[in-house]
Amino acid sequence: MAFFDQLWVQNSLIALAYTLLAIFLIRRARSEHWTSAWARLRRDRTGLCSLGVILMYLIFGTLELIRVPTQQSSQSVLEILTAGIPQEKGYSAPLALTSLSVANPKPLKGRHLLGTDALGRDTLVQTLKATRTALLIGGLTSVIYIPLGVLLGLLAGYYRRWVDDLVQYLYSTIAAVPEILMLVAVLLVLGKGLGTMAIALGITGWVGLARLIRGETLRQVERPYVAAAKGMGQSDWKILSRHLLPNVMHLVVIKFVLGFSGLVLAEAVLSYLGVGSPVGSASWGAMIDAARSELSREPVVWWNLTAATLALFFLVPSLNLFGDALRRAFDPRRG
Amino acid sequence: MFAYILRRLLYSVPIVFGVMLITFVLFFVVQSPNAMARRVLGPKATPQAVENWLHNRGYDKPLIVNTKPGEPVYDSLFFNQMRRLAVFDLGTSDVTGRPLKQVFASGALPSLLITFPAFVVGFAVALGLALYLVFVRNSAMDMTAALLCVALMSMPVMVYIIFGQYLVAQVLNYFPAFGFNLQGWSTTKFLLLPVALMVVSGLGAEVRLYRALFLEEMGQDYIRTARAKGVSNTVVLLVHVLKNGMINLITLIVASLPFLIMGSLVLENFFGIPGLGNVLFTAIQAPDFAVVQASVFLGSLLYLVGLLLTDLCYAWVDPRIRIQ
Repeated sequence: MAFFDQLWVQNSLIALAYTLLAIFLIRRARSEHWTSAWARLRRDRTGLCSLGVILMYLIFGTLELIRVPTQQSSQSVLEILTAGIPQEKGYSAPLALTSLSVANPKPLKGRHLLGTDALGRDTLVQTLKATRTALLIGGLTSVIYIPLGVLLGLLAGYYRRWVDDLVQYLYSTIAAVPEILMLVAVLLVLGKGLGTMAIALGITGWVGLARLIRGETLRQVERPYVAAAKGMGQSDWKILSRHLLPNVMHLVVIKFVLGFSGLVLAEAVLSYLGVGSPVGSASWGAMIDAARSELSREPVVWWNLTAATLALFFLVPSLNLFGDALRRAFDPRRG
Repeated sequence: MFAYILRRLLYSVPIVFGVMLITFVLFFVVQSPNAMARRVLGPKATPQAVENWLHNRGYDKPLIVNTKPGEPVYDSLFFNQMRRLAVFDLGTSDVTGRPLKQVFASGALPSLLITFPAFVVGFAVALGLALYLVFVRNSAMDMTAALLCVALMSMPVMVYIIFGQYLVAQVLNYFPAFGFNLQGWSTTKFLLLPVALMVVSGLGAEVRLYRALFLEEMGQDYIRTARAKGVSNTVVLLVHVLKNGMINLITLIVASLPFLIMGSLVLENFFGIPGLGNVLFTAIQAPDFAVVQASVFLGSLLYLVGLLLTDLCYAWVDPRIRIQ
């Protein structure tokens, strides 16, 4: 995987992801369903607030994702921006003037809003850096499970008969394995890492989406526009991609946003179980895990746990509330 | 009814087969038995030791078809594995060599001691809260509670445990923070804190779900009829809505009943409870592939049992389903 370790490859992949997202949104903006949904969303105060929070996380995550080469190795933009914050020798409490030691407190080089961790790094910066892990897990997993779920769901709903039977059999079987066991088994076999975690979460994640898309496709196929397209002699592929796909796309977006929060939490739990993020990468799960020993210290080191929990505490509800707002905007009658 | 049960049972046969296939592909194809042996035995193992390990478990056979002359065609990893799982021969632990049947049997009770009380209490509390929220629906109280539920849902279970252990056990010194001892009533003191934490950590999601279910029931025609008759709000809620909502609710929670036996992975590890969750946790750290593989198989069987129970409940409540 040396190819993916190169900086320019990583940076261009990030740029590509954002460009594709932008193109997708601009193209969708032409359809009436989406513009009216946006008009409703703009009046939804909860939805807009949570969108704001999500965008903030997105900015910090992206700043940490983009890395620039320096003399020895490379640094992320966030690291460069926060280079002025000095590194201490070990734990220090929030806004403390001396290091955390009862016997021999030493003066600190600077003040830290949320204190420092075991290696003397600023906790606030570490928490912000961990956004990258959350973004990567959510993003990579979505890239895997969304195409899979949409494709299988569409095919099952459109062709029915044996295709439907096969897809239903596939997802019933995957769903039969309890999710956490499946994740653990896949990660144990493939080894830990962000990429393998995304694969494992993708394998379990597509089931719900495929079910949703299949149900909606079954409903859409009955509508006259599909019969009209068939009557005009359009190919199956064209009906699927040009007519059915745009009409189920809003479900995909809602599921993507709601699913993202589950993925962020799953990363934390899996990292705790020891099959998640690689050692050394900043992650909220790893910070929470470290808190087990930090809380039994004297004096108690509580700020790392608090920072990681707060980071999750703002992101996850925002995603949930924004997902709900999207659902209300797209489907005002049922929302 | 008998025919219905039989049909549902037959329906799960291909799914069980599919699950067996998934575990086989995962543990024998994606990762070769050779690689598995090396990870269990460590990097310093001699080739002879690896060979012995593989031979003792029958993992040195060909993958799918045995083409060696003089041996039956079906004497391969795939067929042997399928045959073993079909008769519930779970094998032995890779690390301790104990038969897995014994390992799982001894872990089931401690797990149930935590999950069953937590399930009952959690269900009762969530039901009460959800009914109250439906009673005061669309008020400021309801909105606040809805936000609180989302907030409760957004913390990973570890945070609840770490916080609870620190506050209740270390600072207030009410319960032991760690440990387990299965001895009659004295076991209770080890159970209270984990049970309480499990209830609290699941509460947000449950209240939200039950509230949504009851609210949906509130929109039904029969509620309007009851109101038109002049039935009071309280009676509508406690008799009409509760009764009809419970049908959906019970079928929903029946599916989760079999999983109680599996325990909670994170919770048991934090409190040192020797249940099935902890068995799996230790197996992940070891790594002990036999345990993980058997857990996947047993877990899916439990899921299918839950599914069957749900279907039976539905059929029992709603006779139309039986006749289809």
